[in-house]
Amino acid sequence: MSEASLLIEAPPEGGQNRRGFVLHTLRHRPAAVIGATILVLVALGAILAQWIAPYPLHQQVGPVFAHPSWHHLLGLDDGGIDMVTLLMWGARVSLVVGFAATLVSMAIGGAVGVLAGYFGGWVDTVLMRITDYFLVLPDVPLMIVVAAIWGPSLFHIIIVIGILLWTSTARVIRAQVKSVRERVYVKRARALGAGHTRIVFTHVLPQVAPLLIANTVLTVAVAIFDETALSFLGLGDPSTTSLGKVIENAFQRAAISAGAWWAIVWPGVLVTLIILGCSLVGGALEDALNPRLRVAHLGARTFRLRPLVGRGQDAL
Amino acid sequence: MSVDATVLEVEDLVVRYPIHRGLVGAVTRQPRRQVHAVEGVSLSLQKGEMLALVGESGCGKTTTAQAVLRLVDPVAGAIRFDGRDLVPLGSRDLRPVRRRIQVVYQDPYESLDPRFRVKAVVEEPLLIHGLGGSKAERMERVRDALARVELSPPELFLERFPHELSGGQRQRVAIAAALALEPDVLVADEPVSMLDVSVRAGVLNVLDGLRRNGLAILMITHDLSTAARFAQRIAVMYLGRIVEEGPAAAVVRNPQHPYTKALLSVVPRRDPRDRQRPQILQGETPDAVFIPSGCRFHPRCPVAIERCSIEDPALARPASAEDGHRAACLLLPARS
Amino acid sequence: MTAPLLEVENLNVWFDLEGGGELHAVQGVDFSLEPGERMGLVGESGCGKTTTALAIMGLLPPSASVAGRVLIDGEDILAGGEAAMRPHRWVDIAIVFQGAMNALNPVRTIGQQIVESLEIHDRGKGAAARARTGELLESVGIPAARASRYPHELSGGMRQRAAIAMALSCSPRVLIADEPTTALDVMVQAQILELLDGLCNDFGLALVLVTHDLPVVAQLCNHCSVMYAGEIVERGPLDVLYHAPGHPYTRMLFAASPDLGMGDAPVLSIPGAPPRLDRPIDGCPFRPRCDSSFAACVERPHLRGVGDDHAAACHLNEMVTA
Repeated sequence: MSEASLLIEAPPEGGQNRRGFVLHTLRHRPAAVIGATILVLVALGAILAQWIAPYPLHQQVGPVFAHPSWHHLLGLDDGGIDMVTLLMWGARVSLVVGFAATLVSMAIGGAVGVLAGYFGGWVDTVLMRITDYFLVLPDVPLMIVVAAIWGPSLFHIIIVIGILLWTSTARVIRAQVKSVRERVYVKRARALGAGHTRIVFTHVLPQVAPLLIANTVLTVAVAIFDETALSFLGLGDPSTTSLGKVIENAFQRAAISAGAWWAIVWPGVLVTLIILGCSLVGGALEDALNPRLRVAHLGARTFRLRPLVGRGQDAL
Repeated sequence: MSVDATVLEVEDLVVRYPIHRGLVGAVTRQPRRQVHAVEGVSLSLQKGEMLALVGESGCGKTTTAQAVLRLVDPVAGAIRFDGRDLVPLGSRDLRPVRRRIQVVYQDPYESLDPRFRVKAVVEEPLLIHGLGGSKAERMERVRDALARVELSPPELFLERFPHELSGGQRQRVAIAAALALEPDVLVADEPVSMLDVSVRAGVLNVLDGLRRNGLAILMITHDLSTAARFAQRIAVMYLGRIVEEGPAAAVVRNPQHPYTKALLSVVPRRDPRDRQRPQILQGETPDAVFIPSGCRFHPRCPVAIERCSIEDPALARPASAEDGHRAACLLLPARS
Repeated sequence: MTAPLLEVENLNVWFDLEGGGELHAVQGVDFSLEPGERMGLVGESGCGKTTTALAIMGLLPPSASVAGRVLIDGEDILAGGEAAMRPHRWVDIAIVFQGAMNALNPVRTIGQQIVESLEIHDRGKGAAARARTGELLESVGIPAARASRYPHELSGGMRQRAAIAMALSCSPRVLIADEPTTALDVMVQAQILELLDGLCNDFGLALVLVTHDLPVVAQLCNHCSVMYAGEIVERGPLDVLYHAPGHPYTRMLFAASPDLGMGDAPVLSIPGAPPRLDRPIDGCPFRPRCDSSFAACVERPHLRGVGDDHAAACHLNEMVTA
């Protein structure tokens, strides 16, 4: 007798469907939905800037520091340029820097984390000591020094931020890889004779990828913040307009004493919104995907009572 | 049983794991300690035979299996497969051998990658070893392997994910993946202990069928009833040693070593009328770090005499046992 | 006639499913237990045996809803919800779980944990509670001096003993043991079974042994209820269940367990899998896997007496008596 014939109906025991779980978490976390909405709106504005921005980026459309009005909802800046236009283009640069720097740091962090976690032993020790050193380096002063030495350019900023932000990723990934490495199916692959490359790419990496993605979103927030800070300090690329640059320009041209708060507050608010969006989405993803943060509970005094109806009654 | 049929032979295998002393230990010069996981185990496996390695956790049965699979490095001893010693081989030379010694793990929920469909699980060994030719030919072998573990028709299972299968089916998929490489030896590490009773027999019968077709199976188990029913020979391990070894029926009906006798007496019987007074040993298997002197079973042995704490008995055929049945106990008069 | 110590009447448990719908995990279970009685509750995973145990203890998660009655000395402890349950939990009924490691707090010594459970239930404080803890540990075979050990410093068997000591802290009259020996070695399993046996004999403790392992039940219990797809399909003395089963499932479950004395007799697996409990079941739930189903099985059978103290839910029995 074959077990198979009847088993088309086999219950998917507990069916821990990961995708379902992610969707469920997102649905039951309004914060994540709000975060995602913010990010999508900002990204749309940034991507479509050249078509939907109300005015050209380098064109003076009114008096310097003109008040917000129906034509210029958020006012004008120190060059008489429309703030809405400026924010769209600024967000574009900030997002590009944020994602590019994050990509760099994910590549380094992911590689270090996987290598350290998978091979363990001295590889782990060496890589983790290096990680510790990077972790204790004060980020911003170092960025200032590097940016000052290499000269201000968008590419340099991306690299600098990238090589400073990978440490937490490396640690999270290493911990996860360490546990995946001990899974029986990884051992089985080893017993089968599979090489390290194969095991890492087919069994380990896909298993930690979701975590890497959650981490990416969180790191983007930090990268954007760092870029804004660097630009504000005057170490940004002078030829591009990032949100930090917008704030710096306004600041330099005495927007405060001119009473033009809109030239500083709106870009600040936008940076805050982007970071908030990233944190909300990243936090929700991490909760959903990082098994260490998932808490199981066996609760007393929580079940419900209900009256007996139907079959139950007949059985008596 | 001809000598030629021996596929796997383990001789005086010793495996030890060092214990890290830590900084304090190193400074205060504490002696380096180690876990004596396996201390001089010898066994042989014939074609078409199932050998059950039985014992409690910590007795070294799993370590022995890991050594046979060359996943741990022995300190001493030889593992001869097809007459060739595997111990000195490096990972490159081991690759062709790994194909012929396959393993099935205890936990079918853990041993299959949750993101792999059944066909990918069974195909993976072929890809690793570059076997099976074209995609179509590989799929043919996958179907064939699934059919051999009675997952039929294979088409019903190829596209499924592990979580869509029952425990028994997953274990069959794991066996099919091992079979895809046409191995000579299958190491089955507690293959049914995580499964529901109702499907255990199915998986065991599949293994039994494979054995009848010539596969040599080394089954690691703590369940003597299963070993008694399905294995041809049983080797009982205690603290890194084989204390009794012989034909399954002989070991079960005419146990020689006091440890085997005690183990057999505590196996629950399904017929309530068979309920017997179990001979329960006190305490638990001692730590494999501090091995007792003499016979390592003497501190828990119900019949130990003073000599047992001094002399370490070797495996020998007792006078009251049949051919091929050996036990390591000083109190058993050996056959001259 | 006095009320039995523990009586479960028409117990039903449903779980809400994430995507909507519900799963009827326990479907009208009833049984009763007298002091000193040892009852086995046997079935495959997913048959509702653990859910039944948790429902009796009032330990179900928020996604569960319960109906039916759980009576202790004739008093319904389920109807009043948590408030009615609390005075009885641990005091009248206690439970030991499968993985003792999960039931014990890893950062507190086993002594502290037992003292805590004594104090919560007003069974002594300070020195008195510590003295009682020592006694409890001795009664399950752990030297009292080990009270200061942490769970991870103990072996699996010792942890299970500590969990039993904790369950016994308020001298309950019913002990539910959920797969108490599943992860343990045979010898340690025998030790724990011997301990449970002694506790029942010495203190008149009533035991519900929840397990999938029929031979273990055969070793320890006098009565057994076999569960399938959320309901009890057969119950009776073990001897009768083995030698004259009234339900094919019981017979096939015994035949699927290898036994030392069986020689070369075949070990048969039960084909197929249990039905899904998130949809209504037509007819006998075991019908698709049964080796002796017939026309009448499209009708769902109910548990009915087939002999002295023996009941089964199978139409075959009606054929015999008819």
